[in-house]
Amino acid sequence: MTDDHRSGITTAHVTKEYPGIGRPAVDDVSLDIADGEFMTFLGPSGSGKTTMLSMIAGFTPLTAGSITVDGQEISGLKPHRRDLGVVFQQYALFPHMTVARNVAFGLARRGRPRAEIERRVADALEMVGLAALGDRFPRQLSGGQQQRVALARAVVYEPRALLMDEPLGALDKKLRDQLQREIARMHRQLGMTFLFVTHDQQEALTLSDRITVFNDGRVEQVGTPEDLYERPRTLFVAQFVGESNALRLNPGEVTIVRPERVTLHSGTGAPAGHQRASAVVTDVVYVGDHSRVWLRYGDGTRGCAVLPAGAVHEHRPGADVVVAWHPEHQAVVPDSEPDVAERVAS
Amino acid sequence: MADSVTRVARKERTLGPVLRIWVVLVGFVLVAPTLVVIPMSFGAGSTFQFPPGGWSLRWYGEFFGSKQWLASLANSVQVGLLAAALATVLGVAAAFGLDRARFRGRGAVRQLLMAPMILPGIVVAVAVYGVFLRWQLNGTMLGFVLAHTVLGVPFVITSVQTSLAGYDPAMERAAASLGASRLTTLRKVVLPLIAPGVTSGFVFAFATSFDEVVIALFLQTPDLKTLPVKMYESIVLEIDPTIAAASSLIVVCTTILLLVPQILRRRSDHDR
Repeated sequence: MTDDHRSGITTAHVTKEYPGIGRPAVDDVSLDIADGEFMTFLGPSGSGKTTMLSMIAGFTPLTAGSITVDGQEISGLKPHRRDLGVVFQQYALFPHMTVARNVAFGLARRGRPRAEIERRVADALEMVGLAALGDRFPRQLSGGQQQRVALARAVVYEPRALLMDEPLGALDKKLRDQLQREIARMHRQLGMTFLFVTHDQQEALTLSDRITVFNDGRVEQVGTPEDLYERPRTLFVAQFVGESNALRLNPGEVTIVRPERVTLHSGTGAPAGHQRASAVVTDVVYVGDHSRVWLRYGDGTRGCAVLPAGAVHEHRPGADVVVAWHPEHQAVVPDSEPDVAERVAS
Repeated sequence: MADSVTRVARKERTLGPVLRIWVVLVGFVLVAPTLVVIPMSFGAGSTFQFPPGGWSLRWYGEFFGSKQWLASLANSVQVGLLAAALATVLGVAAAFGLDRARFRGRGAVRQLLMAPMILPGIVVAVAVYGVFLRWQLNGTMLGFVLAHTVLGVPFVITSVQTSLAGYDPAMERAAASLGASRLTTLRKVVLPLIAPGVTSGFVFAFATSFDEVVIALFLQTPDLKTLPVKMYESIVLEIDPTIAAASSLIVVCTTILLLVPQILRRRSDHDR
């Protein structure tokens, strides 16, 4: 990336309202995405993350606000003038063109000379491990291969950023993991700004430099995966990202403790200086590298504890336990409406 | 065992011997009467004979030597091409609209556009005749073209909608993100993908117009008649084997026309 005036993507007070629908789909979102950053928009369906991406790509007009890329205001530009790469969930390859011609499409639109197009298409296909398949047609490829072609097609002309809308959503688990690693490798290799939309918190934690958590059209929190996991600022983030024990110890606030941070004690074994709460074991699941103990607290809230592999324990369903944790491992967030947990689950 | 499942499925699809004979029989019953006219058209006698007593090209000479027959053929071709072109433009636009837009009454609009396919021809003919009488379109080229366009539109809509069914609108957004303007996207992505549907729609619309007789009988004047009308008159008034030659020509032409979309489709399948 030779340009020296690259400054990433900035959105200011971006809002999208649809007529006749009370709540804005995207409500006053201001974000700074640094050049070369891997930013993920995470949220449940209908949270506004895809609408936000679509506005940056230019497919959806803004109701209010502005979007700048490398300092240039783009919210008034047609999508084909924005110089961004976009990858879609259903690949959206052109079925009547070979893989090579699909990848060449962006370069051809930019009027690059034929020799350069051929060279760069070959390089891009090489990068996604499909060098031998340039003459195939999309429908002769598997889903994972098609999405690799789509990735190559979207980065081959070195756009200012790569936007991906749930790109792994249509693939099975194994392929998803494989493509995740490939996307991470491409990001390191290209140093390009990547903007990734997903509802899968595990995917977001694995891939991102930073994550923006969306809920109901608003930004709940922006931070590194560690920030979101260890220091959630809202109950929604705590419950959407990872498992948590959410304890209402004081009125108006909720104490969040992650399952790895708690220890379980029968009777009075809890270490001094630790916070504690009592709970009933509802289930114990052995997962190989760890065991997961599901809990129900006194107020009916569900929680869980992760015990490392090999830890000897005698917790059985129905047993009363004391849950203990060090105060430095807790996060305190304001209490919000109680239906959040249900919305996350649905 | 994906392989064996495929094999079982394929076995299911091949026809048993009894069904095979039945298919041939039904095909024969459907096609044979049409094919009878072809040998008759090469007959030497001055009446219809099957099988013909002798062979000659007499009736083809009669056909191509007659100003009236040739004029009606020219009219039919002209009406057919114009009506098919108009029906294609309208039908493609309608198919896109019905596919993309979500609006109240979409189903009703679709039914309305498809109605000419379902309504009895005579009903349409009487209605068209009545309206065109007031608009002074009876016996005009424009009148024929407009009436046949209405008949052709459903065929175009159906065939274009079929090719839009496997069409992901995200492809247009993908093309835009890659730097293609609306026009370039239309040219490079949309049109190539719906081309087979558009072509077969055009051909069906042309064929429909070309052998349409009921409406044409109402709209015709001594100066302007299409080939099917001329054939009808000839069989009512003269009974002369020239009509067998004309029929043979129509059968051969429409068969070739209707094979075109098939061949196109097979070739595009091959490409993929």
